[in-house]
Amino acid sequence: MHEVRTNELDSSSAPTTPAVHYLNATHGAASWFFTKDHKRIALLYLYSVSTFFLVGGIFAMLVRLELATPRGDLLSAETYNKVFTAHGVVMVFFFLIPAIPAILGNFLVPLMIGAKDLAFPRINLASWYLYMTGGLFGVAVLVMGGVDTGWTFYTPYSTAASNSHVVLTALGAFVAGFSSIFTGLNFIVTIHTMRAPGMTWDRLPLFIWSHYATSLIMMLGTPVVAVTLMMVVLERTLRLGFFNPDLGGDPVLFQHLFWFYSHPAVYIMVLPGMGVISEIVAAFSRKPVFGYKMVAMASLGIALIGFLVWGHHMFTTSQSVLAAVTFSFLSFLVAIPSAIKVFNWTATLYRGSVLLDSPMLYAIGFIGLFTIGGLTGLFLAAIGLDIHVHDTYFVVAHFHYVMVGGTLLAYLGGLHYWWPKITGKLYSEPWAKTSAVIVFVGFNLTFFPQFVLGYMGMPRRYHAYPAEELSWQVLNVLSSAGASILAIGLFLPLIYLTYAAFRGRPAGPNPWGAYGLEWETTSPPPTANFEVTPIVTKPAYYYAPEEH
Amino acid sequence: MGGTFTLFPTQASTMAGRVDNLYFFMLAVTLFFSVVVAGLVVTLAVKYRRRKADDVGANIHGSTALEVIWTAIPLLIAMVMFVWGTSVYFALAKPPAEAMEVYIVGKRWMWKAQHLTGHREINQLHVPVGTPVKLLISSEDVIHAYYIPAFRQKIDAVPGKTTTMWFEASKAGTYQLFCAEYCGTQHSGMIGKVVAMEPREFQQWLSGGAPAGTLTSSGEQEFAMLGCVTCHRDDGSGRAPSLVGVFGKPQRMANGTTVIADESYLRESILNPQAKVVQGYQPLMPAYQGQISEDNLVTLLAYIKSLEKPAAKGAPATDESAAPAGRQ
Ligand code: HEM
Ligand SMILES: [Cu+2]
Repeated sequence: MHEVRTNELDSSSAPTTPAVHYLNATHGAASWFFTKDHKRIALLYLYSVSTFFLVGGIFAMLVRLELATPRGDLLSAETYNKVFTAHGVVMVFFFLIPAIPAILGNFLVPLMIGAKDLAFPRINLASWYLYMTGGLFGVAVLVMGGVDTGWTFYTPYSTAASNSHVVLTALGAFVAGFSSIFTGLNFIVTIHTMRAPGMTWDRLPLFIWSHYATSLIMMLGTPVVAVTLMMVVLERTLRLGFFNPDLGGDPVLFQHLFWFYSHPAVYIMVLPGMGVISEIVAAFSRKPVFGYKMVAMASLGIALIGFLVWGHHMFTTSQSVLAAVTFSFLSFLVAIPSAIKVFNWTATLYRGSVLLDSPMLYAIGFIGLFTIGGLTGLFLAAIGLDIHVHDTYFVVAHFHYVMVGGTLLAYLGGLHYWWPKITGKLYSEPWAKTSAVIVFVGFNLTFFPQFVLGYMGMPRRYHAYPAEELSWQVLNVLSSAGASILAIGLFLPLIYLTYAAFRGRPAGPNPWGAYGLEWETTSPPPTANFEVTPIVTKPAYYYAPEEH
Repeated sequence: MGGTFTLFPTQASTMAGRVDNLYFFMLAVTLFFSVVVAGLVVTLAVKYRRRKADDVGANIHGSTALEVIWTAIPLLIAMVMFVWGTSVYFALAKPPAEAMEVYIVGKRWMWKAQHLTGHREINQLHVPVGTPVKLLISSEDVIHAYYIPAFRQKIDAVPGKTTTMWFEASKAGTYQLFCAEYCGTQHSGMIGKVVAMEPREFQQWLSGGAPAGTLTSSGEQEFAMLGCVTCHRDDGSGRAPSLVGVFGKPQRMANGTTVIADESYLRESILNPQAKVVQGYQPLMPAYQGQISEDNLVTLLAYIKSLEKPAAKGAPATDESAAPAGRQ
């Protein structure tokens, strides 16, 4: 049925939108707030996650504005600390972690495996309510005056010294964490039990593999951070001595517990992104992903080794020399599966039929930025070098390259790629290409100078910096200017994607000529996803008949 | 420094060059792979661009040989970086035995330094060029981190612990000193200067100030004032072990384990003596947690460490060799 596809955009019979689909099947607010349709829940997440992204972005701009001059002249020190904390908490817990799994994953996991819905539709809806409850705690904190611990909540500062709203923030992250645990559980059960006939494990799209690996981390890791945050709350309110040495605790214990979750958490952010990139690269080269098996296994490898490297956040805390060396070694190992993926994506282009439309531009941007982000991770894993750059802007640059350059670009690429499926409409390709280029340029201008700044020795989380370091201001100004460009690049999609959703031309079921079950149903899909349950007879990414 | 525009930090310690060499190596690897990947992506995307709307790519699924190559090469390079990084770390972590000691206490939001001579400074540290200096660092409240970029050195100041860091300044000058672990409102104000001086000038600086007494003599006074002397008699005749010659030696505990009496052990034994009781003694000692300031604790530690005479009849100091890799 889908051997060699013709690009339906060119065919004379213009594509149409089906009369009834998941968006218009039922009406009224209740039909959305009590929906059990994974696609509608995905849209609920889309609206709320985007709102949080906007909030986090405003805080980011405040941070960059403040640092444009060495003197702390725009915000007070206390406000600045609250602003960067709010930026971190919102971006990590309310944007990066849920963005791809909760929006794209929710929408696509059942579609891609030929299922009618997720295994537990009610739990899926409950997950969104948990996420929103956690978010409301966060909003309450902001209204009441903020929190200043940094998103890492290091003790004993958070339990004994900070006089801001630590407890409420920790509870917010705690509640949002359960949303993540339930989503992971839902994905795993769905992938195990609800695949369409013929959708064997070795035919699963790589997007599904990456979500499978991510779900494992969500289920195994998130409870640990939940317990850790509860310990912070208990020490702060009841003075139970877990972390504060005055109460008989150990401050470094917190860091172990926190990073045991939070390092794997960076893979919760980036693994789904890798899944998105695999789909886009295949579709826009019209070729199977090079080394499908290795790419799938690399996802699992990253998820597993990712649990063993948390100690690399603590090289300067006086952990034992042996522990430091072990964690360094394991950190280098986890880089290998990431390297494999980069090479595989690149090789996929070879003898492909490559179309540089906006999703592909994002994917290519991702490959470049992720390569730099991953390689600079090696600088931090080499202990002798980490001692110098730890807790400086070098680290800030590194994790923004992987998390923003990786996760955000993959998210944007995926949003563009599946937007016609989600809304049934086509957006303006010239605008989309323009904004992809602006994002790429703005991103590099923002974060590249921070590597230099970090090696020069500028510590992170500084509200002001010594004016006699002339180059520091130059680098900071470049970074702040880049942030403004990046902001424009991120704002444009908000406009043209929204516009397209209402005014765009009908997309038809498969505007990209892509392969995959999600492209076989209508755009937008019906509530039950498929008119008849599909039967899969071909491997993943079957673009051309076997040449034997 | 100051005044000149530069994009590379001053190298002012014997270790800075070694750290930078590793940095340049990794920078070269990063540049190489970034250019290769970017070059390949762009070349392939242009060379194989879609010419007809219904073109499909070649049906290539993979190549085991290629996969093995691009797994093995990064692994090899990563292992070189690991070994190199670890060897630099060993040098950064292990102070030479003859290093001059200075005690540092971090406190929101200042760095207090106490020299053995009794000199005290705030947000400053004077050190001689060409002498290894070992800092013994602790914190009075939350976690801070002592960071001197020009020396490429940094260590956390963790409450309840003593951490160490060492360097040997190689160039006279004044260098930035930062707090690198977020510690609250004035975190970015918790900065100071490290002044590296030629040895002769350093001696002059030392004779300039007029400290009330050396660190050990203040510690001795403290030892008497807090009543430690009543039990810890030098000749071992008290109800508690003599502390003479204890520092750095393995001590046998009541529960049968052996502990090296390093700074962490001494600190714990003062603040929370019940945690590890020396074999042959009753757990009589009161806990000084909350009774004693970090500054006074520092003088006590310095005093105990200075008691170097061999013990006439002290705590059973077994001479088992092989100190385990303890906290540095
Ligand atoms: C794959 C995607 C990755 C993501 C999303 C990511 C994310 C992060 C984040 C968020 C931090 C900062 C944590 C903080 O606030 O202190 C960080 C630090 C770090 N990362 Fe990554 N990282 C990734 C890849 C890597 C790789 C491949 C390595 C090692 C080869 C690595 C090594 C490190 C190290 C050692 C640190 C700690 C540095 C320090 O605090 O001094 N990372 N990373
Ligand atoms: Cu501090």
